[in-house]
Amino acid sequence: MSKILSSKWTKVFLFIASLAPLAYVVSRAFQNNLTANPIEYITHFTGDWTIRYLMFTLAITPLRNLLNQPKLTRFRRMLGLFAYFYGCLHFLIWSVLDKQLDPHVMWEDILKRWYITVGMAALLGLTPLAITSTAGWVRRLGYKRWQKLHRIVYGCAALGVIHYWLLVKSDIRLPLMYGAILTALLVYRWVVSMRKQPPAPKRVPVGVVR
Amino acid sequence: MIIRHSPDLRYSDVTPKQVYLNRRRFLAASGVAGLALPFAARAAKLSTTKSSNLGGNEKVTSKEIVSGYNNYYEFGTGKQDPAENAPKWKVPSPWTVQIGGEVMKPKTFDLDAIMKLAPVEERIYRHRCVEAWSIVVPWIGFSLNNLLKQVEPTAKAKFVQFDTYYDPKIMLSPREAGIPFPYKEGLRLDEAMHNLTLLGMGMYGETLPNQNGAPLRLVIPWKYGFKSIKSVNKITFVETQPKTDWAAYAPGEYGFYSNVNPKRDHPRWTQAKERRLGEGFLGRGIEKDTVMFNGYGDQVAGMYTGMDLMKNY
Ligand code: HEM
Repeated sequence: MSKILSSKWTKVFLFIASLAPLAYVVSRAFQNNLTANPIEYITHFTGDWTIRYLMFTLAITPLRNLLNQPKLTRFRRMLGLFAYFYGCLHFLIWSVLDKQLDPHVMWEDILKRWYITVGMAALLGLTPLAITSTAGWVRRLGYKRWQKLHRIVYGCAALGVIHYWLLVKSDIRLPLMYGAILTALLVYRWVVSMRKQPPAPKRVPVGVVR
Repeated sequence: MIIRHSPDLRYSDVTPKQVYLNRRRFLAASGVAGLALPFAARAAKLSTTKSSNLGGNEKVTSKEIVSGYNNYYEFGTGKQDPAENAPKWKVPSPWTVQIGGEVMKPKTFDLDAIMKLAPVEERIYRHRCVEAWSIVVPWIGFSLNNLLKQVEPTAKAKFVQFDTYYDPKIMLSPREAGIPFPYKEGLRLDEAMHNLTLLGMGMYGETLPNQNGAPLRLVIPWKYGFKSIKSVNKITFVETQPKTDWAAYAPGEYGFYSNVNPKRDHPRWTQAKERRLGEGFLGRGIEKDTVMFNGYGDQVAGMYTGMDLMKNY
């Protein structure tokens, strides 16, 4: 297990596998087979993969601990960057194909439609994380600060779920599912952090004479 | 359009033309030899007495799109789900429509009897969904008032409520879909009696595919698509405005009237524009300006004079 996890090829495989959704949708485009409403279809398709990759990314650390496989962390950055990659495609489809890059129309949508506002916030929140995902940035920021910054990812994932929740008409099963997954991941993190905290020191002020 | 007068056409007489296979069943059929096709959906030719183009100069949308991209929540909430799931539904035969409520002569009709009430004609209508996409469809049917007249509404009848067939064994549950079933829609009496309000039995020269509301549906071209209820099996005349599914689910988003209105936005998207499906580069759809009453204002605006349509959306 740990051998597979530390192999260079696993990473290469995961990289190629993560491009499969893109390859799939591009091949459907070439077959002129993007359903009756192609823009809607590819918007939904890329949105789905953004939220899935966010969940994969967030699942890495809990899985690492539960399975006792520290090597899993090697894949976290790539998964996170794929979440951002599909998120950017999702945004580009909306802005270029749906809104024809009309700044006025786009701005109005962002201000007026809550689900767009929230989606936009999620993607903007992920941007500094994508930029600082390199080893160089970890060094520059110092691990503690870097780690603190990257906790934003939970907020972004929550915004992603809210975005999805706001945009469905009445069938909330899928946003509910992502909400439940995210809650479970957060509860896990919280329990771990509670356990890890050192016992509170006895607070006896120095020099107090009883 | 070839127009053949056939007043005695019975729904059950029409000849099955073709068995449509969806991809999955085709695979199952070709892969597993000797396995009978389950629930093959049949389309049958329907001849019409006349054809009217009420879609203007606009191109009729392809049948593949109209039967492949549907909102029919009983068969799934994704746009492709109904085309996948509805063909497996075996439409009950005989199909009956129970008509009652505030009427002198409540009666249950079967489809053969309904088909005899008036000559079946083709009408090309524009169809605008509340989700800002639109299509142009050659429907087959006749004005709903031909049926409604039969039961003699009383003076108390002010609204008409319609129910969609519901079978929990093969359809989504209300909890899954998020809206109550059986699906209900409603019209004001004058809207229901309006000549444009079509009782539809077919499209593209054939009976309706299940996902398009077989075997009997309404088509109300000046209202958002969800008002045009599918697979109707119950019609009730009532005194007060009925509680209809979407209007009850989200009153701020979907009104009872739901007349196409480019000025009144849905909270989550603009209604000023629509995407005409199947046209433009690579079939990606072209943006069009949405027109008040979907362009049928000349015929229907009179029913709403003096009403604030921003409030009564
Ligand atoms: C991290 C950020 C985001 C995530 C995780 C996300 C996720 C999703 C998901 C899961 C869907 C629904 C897919 C489906 O129904 O199958 C969706 C739809 C959509 N998203 Fe996003 N999204 C994000 C950011 C954005 C941004 C920045 C925009 C535009 C500014 C946007 C615009 C849309 C639109 C227009 C839809 C389709 C809505 C509809 O059909 O009613 N999203 N998104």
